[in-house]
Amino acid sequence: MSNLPHHDQAKWISQSVYEPLLSEKNMTEVSLEHVPLPSNLKRNSLTLPSLSEPEIARHYTRLSQMTYGVDSGPYLLGSCTMKYNPKFTEDVAVLPGCSIHPDREPHTIQGTLEILHTLQEHLATIGGMDAVTLQPPAGASGEFTGILIIRAFHESRGDFSRNEIIIPESAHGTNPASATLGGYNTVEIPSNGEGRVNIDALQAALSENTAALMLTNPNTLGLFESEIELIASMVHDMGGLLYYDGANLNALLGRSRPRDMGFDIMHYNVHKTFATPHGGGGPGAGPVGVISKLETFLPAPIVIKTTSGFDLFTPENSIGKVHGFYGNWLCLIKALAYILRLGDSGLLDASAKAVLNANYLGSKIQYEIPFRPFYHEFVASSGEQDAAEVAKRLLDYGVHPPTTKWPLIVSQALLVEPTESENKTTLDQIAASFNKISNEDQSTLKSAPNSTTVGKIDQATAARSPILSWHSLDPSL
Amino acid sequence: MNMGIKQIESVDGPIMTHLSPTQNPYTPHTPADVESMLLDLGLQSIEELFDIPSSIQFTDSFKIPSRSEYEVKTELKEIFEKNLPLIEFLGHGYYSHYIPSIVDHISDRSEFLTSYTQYQPEVSQGFLQVLFEYQSLIVELTGLKIANSSMYDFATSIGEAALLSGRISPTRTKILVPDILRLERLSVLKNYTSNSGFKIESYPTCNSNTDVDELSNMISKDVSMVYVESPNSHGSLEESIEEIAEISHESGSLCCLGTDPVALSILESPSALGVDIVVGDASVLGLPNAYGMGVGLFACRSEYLRKVPGRLVGITKDANNRRAYTLTLQTREQHIRRERATSNICTNQAWIALRTAIHAAYLGPHGLVDLAKQCIDLPLELSSKLNNIEGVQSPLYSRYHFREFVVRTEKKALDVVRFLETKGYAVSAINDHELLICITDTNSSHLNAFVDAFKEAVL
Repeated sequence: MSNLPHHDQAKWISQSVYEPLLSEKNMTEVSLEHVPLPSNLKRNSLTLPSLSEPEIARHYTRLSQMTYGVDSGPYLLGSCTMKYNPKFTEDVAVLPGCSIHPDREPHTIQGTLEILHTLQEHLATIGGMDAVTLQPPAGASGEFTGILIIRAFHESRGDFSRNEIIIPESAHGTNPASATLGGYNTVEIPSNGEGRVNIDALQAALSENTAALMLTNPNTLGLFESEIELIASMVHDMGGLLYYDGANLNALLGRSRPRDMGFDIMHYNVHKTFATPHGGGGPGAGPVGVISKLETFLPAPIVIKTTSGFDLFTPENSIGKVHGFYGNWLCLIKALAYILRLGDSGLLDASAKAVLNANYLGSKIQYEIPFRPFYHEFVASSGEQDAAEVAKRLLDYGVHPPTTKWPLIVSQALLVEPTESENKTTLDQIAASFNKISNEDQSTLKSAPNSTTVGKIDQATAARSPILSWHSLDPSL
Repeated sequence: MNMGIKQIESVDGPIMTHLSPTQNPYTPHTPADVESMLLDLGLQSIEELFDIPSSIQFTDSFKIPSRSEYEVKTELKEIFEKNLPLIEFLGHGYYSHYIPSIVDHISDRSEFLTSYTQYQPEVSQGFLQVLFEYQSLIVELTGLKIANSSMYDFATSIGEAALLSGRISPTRTKILVPDILRLERLSVLKNYTSNSGFKIESYPTCNSNTDVDELSNMISKDVSMVYVESPNSHGSLEESIEEIAEISHESGSLCCLGTDPVALSILESPSALGVDIVVGDASVLGLPNAYGMGVGLFACRSEYLRKVPGRLVGITKDANNRRAYTLTLQTREQHIRRERATSNICTNQAWIALRTAIHAAYLGPHGLVDLAKQCIDLPLELSSKLNNIEGVQSPLYSRYHFREFVVRTEKKALDVVRFLETKGYAVSAINDHELLICITDTNSSHLNAFVDAFKEAVL
């Protein structure tokens, strides 16, 4: 126990508040008399905090110290690929050419377009795809883009009857939500006893109504869908398309490409696989790659190379747009910088070490791991212990816990993804923390966490009587 | 940054900073670590962990060579130099204001930058408080009680607003939008709604404001939402928002306003005008023009709380009865509600919202009002100077303008654009004889030189 790292977060306790809200530090009402607008168009006054720059710097610095990031310690959040974010990519994203207005004419921004084109090409190569759009601003937006392309493809063939998307029960929640947004009914299929796609269930679900199957590979249990070629031919034989959710691409970088597995369309999560920082929830980017017969449906515009340079191009049967302009450009350039830095050998090493780390960590922890062999992540079961409480206790050991209680196929699930960024010593410490907790009694777990800024949080009250701005704050809180 | 210092390259390629013999500087394993880990796993090589059928193994290479940091930076910098360094007088929904240095320095603190969604609130209190303060800023500016912690951008916020209106009145099938709506926004809105059975119809604009009479004729019990912008695609402030909201409400439709936090700093509170939903791009604070990247602003009335898309941060208490922040009402979201979620959004734009919040805090109410006043004063000054030029009508519309305005030239607009480009300026033509000219604090030092160039351009 003594040699396990403990993590004490920054705490600034004054009475019951850790860091006062800006509104508790100052509120200033400013009159708008001097604003040259008629009174019916303008407000009477504006009331907001008014603080000096040093006060603001301290406020946010304190808040940053109450935030746990990848640079604070291991971040095991399964399915999110919380790998280290190289610092130099931040410098690249503030190079003078990055600040460009979207309405610049293509011939005046050849550099920007060349960078986008290079990333399109590299992503296409990495996924084995024929064409790529960089527009979707997140993975879920990539899924939605894919769904719209799937619809456009079927309808272009006069096929309007397909109204179903098949999704395994272990899929990310965004899959069914994106399919619904695209106007499809979702058909959920159970896993087989080994945690993979149940071929019989897939056969039963497939019909002339099937527009597509959405799949993650390795799946959310970390298992490689070894029958992927059969699955692909079953879907294709029924006239459906195969969509690859790129959330777990990090496991296969340079080893197997979605296209080679039979996928027709895929998204890439650049904030997972290509190390762009997650920013407290985003931005990321979710570029979409397609095989040649779907290229004509890509969102407008894509970047093309012509004899006279780079240009923006609207594919003939484009689905239109999924973002106001060209997505999260600053994330895209960071992703390109990462890909260029690593090259083939570095990307191969990323998947090698990601899978090695997961397997090594998995071999060291005492909790049962029901489904094997796994790749870059695994799902352990905390058995009699409540997985959410195990997660809270892990916080005391300085570890950002795994995704908990999901996928549902494993009871008390802990979805662990260490990524390639952890060294052996850290993995040993993480395993020791898990093992220590697995032997702790219920009251220790129930009272956790204790070394964090705040203690365990009352979620029920937050939802029952929501306080969502400082305007509705009860002074007693 | 040491971009000027040449690093020494080894004969085998870029220098590596770690013991690892591989070309990945971000994997910390020493060869001895790998050996020992494999030994523990009873394996000879890492490759044994990959049981991929040979038929689908990738045995080729991507043909992307590894590079040093220095090489990547230099290469990308050189590519960027191919951009023409034009001074942009471009707007049309995308605006730059000066970003104070504190925004970059604080937002780049790696705890903020390298964290993710606050699924574990006990170790995320700082970012949660930032997002709570961001929500509070938007609530103050809109007067509406609910603001979420971000959508992707302006266009997707409009799409989400339309879907929210559909959840509120499930039987209605139409969304009304202005005929001058930026086409990209219209396209996103169509993609978000058409598969749910909505039709998008345009209502006319008259003298750069909503034609309220025509809107009255078009409204019906089928309309789910009326969308209006202020400032609109011409940079004009909409003067009939209250009337538009009344027309919407008379038929049971919602009224949604598209705007931004700088404009809202001086405009009448949307809530006071009867607006039900406010959307926009909050990144006019916090982010310079970044090829269309932004953060979607989304606020609405408290009645719609449980139908709202996106993440919400709330205040509650911890086990010791102390104030604590947490993501709340998550049963609306995709990771719990799946196909019945209020939206498919997961990864959002939280870090941009952080930057918006820092920028707004830095400006404070005085600074925000001053910045907004500048957005009125500068176009007034520039448009009147352009109007003194023969063959130029500026501004074309007699409205209050915010940041930008339409100019009519006797000369072909595209010829004007081309000429100005040779003088180092970027402007955009919106039709044969009309240009949209945008001026903010980031290009105002070029105001007089731009006027001189414009004189030549229309000769």
